[in-house]
Amino acid sequence: MPLIKDGRIVEDDWVAVADGEPVPADRPAVVTFERWQAERASFDGRNAALGVRVKSGTLAPAIAPDLDRFALVAIEFPKFRDGRGFSTARELRERYGYGGEIRAVGHVIPDQYRFLLRTGFTSAEAPENTNPESWAHALTEITVAFQPSLDDPQPLSLLRRRLGS
Amino acid sequence: MNHIAPGRNAGVYSYDDIDRRFVAERVEQFRAQVERRLSGELTEDEFKPLRLMNGLYLQLHAYMLRIAVPYGVLTARQLRKLAEIGRKYDKGYGHFTTRQNLQFNWIKLEDTPAILHELAEVDMHALQTSGNCVRNVTTDQFVGAARDEVVDGRVYAEILRQWTTLHPEFTFLPRKFKIAIMGSDADRAAIRVHDVGVFAKRNERGEVGFTFYVGGGLGRSPFIGKLIRDWVPEEDFVAYLEAILRVYNQYGRRDNIYKARIKILVHELGQEKFTQEVEEEFARLRGPKYRLAPEVVDEIRRRFGGPAYETLTDEPESFQAAKSANPDFARWVAVNVLAHKVPGYAAATISLKPAGGIPGDATSEQMELIADLADAHSFGELRVSHAQNLVLAHVRQDELFTLWTALEANGLGTPNAGLIGDIIACPGLDYCALANARSIPLAQAISARFADPARQQLIGELGIKISGCINACGHHHVGAIGILGVDKKGEEFYQITVGGDPTLTTAIGDILGPAVTADETVDAIEAIVEVYLSNRHDGERFIDTLKRVGHGPFKERVYAAH
Repeated sequence: MPLIKDGRIVEDDWVAVADGEPVPADRPAVVTFERWQAERASFDGRNAALGVRVKSGTLAPAIAPDLDRFALVAIEFPKFRDGRGFSTARELRERYGYGGEIRAVGHVIPDQYRFLLRTGFTSAEAPENTNPESWAHALTEITVAFQPSLDDPQPLSLLRRRLGS
Repeated sequence: MNHIAPGRNAGVYSYDDIDRRFVAERVEQFRAQVERRLSGELTEDEFKPLRLMNGLYLQLHAYMLRIAVPYGVLTARQLRKLAEIGRKYDKGYGHFTTRQNLQFNWIKLEDTPAILHELAEVDMHALQTSGNCVRNVTTDQFVGAARDEVVDGRVYAEILRQWTTLHPEFTFLPRKFKIAIMGSDADRAAIRVHDVGVFAKRNERGEVGFTFYVGGGLGRSPFIGKLIRDWVPEEDFVAYLEAILRVYNQYGRRDNIYKARIKILVHELGQEKFTQEVEEEFARLRGPKYRLAPEVVDEIRRRFGGPAYETLTDEPESFQAAKSANPDFARWVAVNVLAHKVPGYAAATISLKPAGGIPGDATSEQMELIADLADAHSFGELRVSHAQNLVLAHVRQDELFTLWTALEANGLGTPNAGLIGDIIACPGLDYCALANARSIPLAQAISARFADPARQQLIGELGIKISGCINACGHHHVGAIGILGVDKKGEEFYQITVGGDPTLTTAIGDILGPAVTADETVDAIEAIVEVYLSNRHDGERFIDTLKRVGHGPFKERVYAAH
């Protein structure tokens, strides 16, 4: 699926590894959180970057103890209306100080892109055949926000700020 | 700092360039979303929450557009625009809702971007009047005017409006989220049947703080909101709400739409555990990032301006003379007029509940007339009440007679605010896809039965609330008399409850007995009223008599014929 970063489609350096499949040792790989929990010792000594994919019901506190092992956290949206991931990402950043990549995977739509960035996501997997213009446009269509958030360059006050594009 | 033109209208938050730019961008965003839906880029499933967050519902016969009236306060100019939209895009009328908004019931999807554009011209929108987000914040219809007010809730309601607008974290909640705020001890906003109910108050030092009730709600499982914190300092107002919503967003159920409201989470976790979760989140969030600085509050308060009241005295002679000379006017004053915090002024309720009428409906002509009266008598400002009436909040007492005369001449002088004819009813099966039974014809029949104003006044305070289905949009659970439409093998029946109370002494009504037909319901209400009148002690309200004598006599009389 196309990967969106900074408003455009980019090459994905990461390989998503299904449970039971071998994890490539020489390139960045994303495994499920369940697999990580079951086989964590097998990743000791790994040199390539490791990412973890969490279900929407797995909240930030559950993954927090292992965060320093992950260069990427992929948060699943089983359907785009399930907004738990917004809180998970925000907690990873604000509560646990996570600085790696946070990626939205599963079902997200361009209309959520700005919310994703404002809650701490850095990239999003778009549906196949997505219209790249809609993702680019999502960064410019609204230029005012009324809450503090992570993507927050110009606060005017607690309640008002201008968004950069 | 943006230049703000001095508001001609008193007490309405004045938009600046940033507010206007935001609403304009949101209109364009929705226009693009409609186009992407029409081109197939967005599926109906994806488009639905987007249109809902712009107030657009698909009802039984047509689209319904619900326009936001933030905390129920609007200007005469805005009301004229609503009248115009009603005439141009609907059937020449609109419907004021229990959440202080306005609905148009006969809208075409393709007209909506144009309507939103027209609304933006008068600083209005339909944002977050629907969808699983934080909805329009509601408050006391007498906010900023009532004599018993301690804190002007408009300022904090506006802070909430801004803070909840396109909140990046809380726009895809498990379910809708409704906040109500009151700034006096009297509860005119049904605080404890909201997801979050807030009382703004002052401590001994005069500082503002907030009491939080969480987890109230009606619908198929009614719950009364639980006190989770007695005092949240003003500077933590936003942080505390952020904490509540984060707990809800993370732990609220998403597996069953009927169990997704915060009331179920509070119920399942228990009040203590829920409060502990919120407090822990709050302890982490509290800090400079979420601090509501006094300067921010002052700036928002400044944007409201204040009516330029004159120095007057209460009960001027001409007002007293008019009451003595005209008993109908005196009755309207006694029933529909409330004391104002400024001497010589009063807050007047314009009833949208004429005998036999549709509760909350107003024609475009009526809206225009009321807008003119607001300009003439109330600083160009008016309010929508949660009881689906309109309020002119700052009328000089010596102008009340002129106001009443104009209202009366146009069928808007019904003296029944808070009385048995002031029925709250949901749209019911006449409009709504969820309803089991019609609400409006029953409300019409009941108000026609009790049309006599003298009889209504004699009966006194007695709220009837009608819902056409278990979702309880007509708040039947908290009606002194509540009526719930049910479907029995394809026929409309109505279940009657008694003893509900929407104020701080919140109570859910009890079912009186088996459901009855519409005709029987009207007779049953009359029977209940007769039992009340023959049992009441001096000055006793219906719900107090009911508490004293119990259901027995009421039940016996209502079901005597069965």
